[in-house]
Amino acid sequence: MTAYTATVTVRLKHGVLDPEAETTRQALERLGFELSALRSADRFEIDLEAADAADAEARAESMAERLLANPTIHDYEVSAAPANEGQ
Amino acid sequence: MTVAVIQFGGSNCDRDAVRALRFLDIAAERIWHEDGLPADTSGIMLPGGFSYGDYLRAGAMAARSPIMGEVRDAAADGVPVLGVCNGAQVGCEAGLTDGAFTTNKRARFQCESVFLRVERSDTPWTGAFAVGDVIEVPIAHGEGRFEIDADRYEQLEANDRVLFRYCDADGTLTDAANPNGSTGNVAGILGERDSVAVLMPHPERATLPDVGGTDGQPILQAFGEQATR
Repeated sequence: MTAYTATVTVRLKHGVLDPEAETTRQALERLGFELSALRSADRFEIDLEAADAADAEARAESMAERLLANPTIHDYEVSAAPANEGQ
Repeated sequence: MTVAVIQFGGSNCDRDAVRALRFLDIAAERIWHEDGLPADTSGIMLPGGFSYGDYLRAGAMAARSPIMGEVRDAAADGVPVLGVCNGAQVGCEAGLTDGAFTTNKRARFQCESVFLRVERSDTPWTGAFAVGDVIEVPIAHGEGRFEIDADRYEQLEANDRVLFRYCDADGTLTDAANPNGSTGNVAGILGERDSVAVLMPHPERATLPDVGGTDGQPILQAFGEQATR
């Protein structure tokens, strides 16, 4: 088993209204920034022991399915890499 | 025979719910979620509040607590289950009902009185009403916008699962009367069985005559009628 960090990114499905992102966009414009659109997403970093990256991804995907995302309104992406990479 | 009002950490309408039910002469107890359902549970109410501080998504944590397995089993056995406000969010997150309740269109917490149009009169919750009746009940939520994809919404309508819709005082469905931008002005829906319902408005806050209207009484009365059936 190897230490991996799985990353789950959860975002609203295309077309689902995101009032928080819209409010954030308006605030940025009030500060003088110019932008066309803004989307927000939640990112979860999960440290876990896994046989390989595919195993780590599969388990993180299951976590996304069962809790981290709500499939009614969310899409999600999962990736995994050995933990402490580059250290 | 008692209605179990399930209290999670952060629930805050549990006492109101018990008081409203008892006012209607329906036996009701607050049940701490870790204690499990009492053996004589004749009905289940998931009350409003901010269970688990709305962490992750409103209702997400409570929906995955062990007692919800018992609630699902009881619902499948025909025990009436009513989710109100945070309880509605918990119900959707737990899969008792379809769809999701998420951030209000205007990204504000809205605490006001609204009008609801009764869409079904042949359910335990709405037997005292006629289809098209307009009732006045308060809302208090920041995440009450009913969201569901187009195909599933079509299914929901085809299966007659919509129980209440936001409307104006005359019963007309308008955008202005839709306080949170809900799909189809949906305020409350039924689960697979008619004995399971969730709604964002608070019938328990429209039950005691001293604190406002009493339009919510017939909804809660269902617990009494079902228990004696």
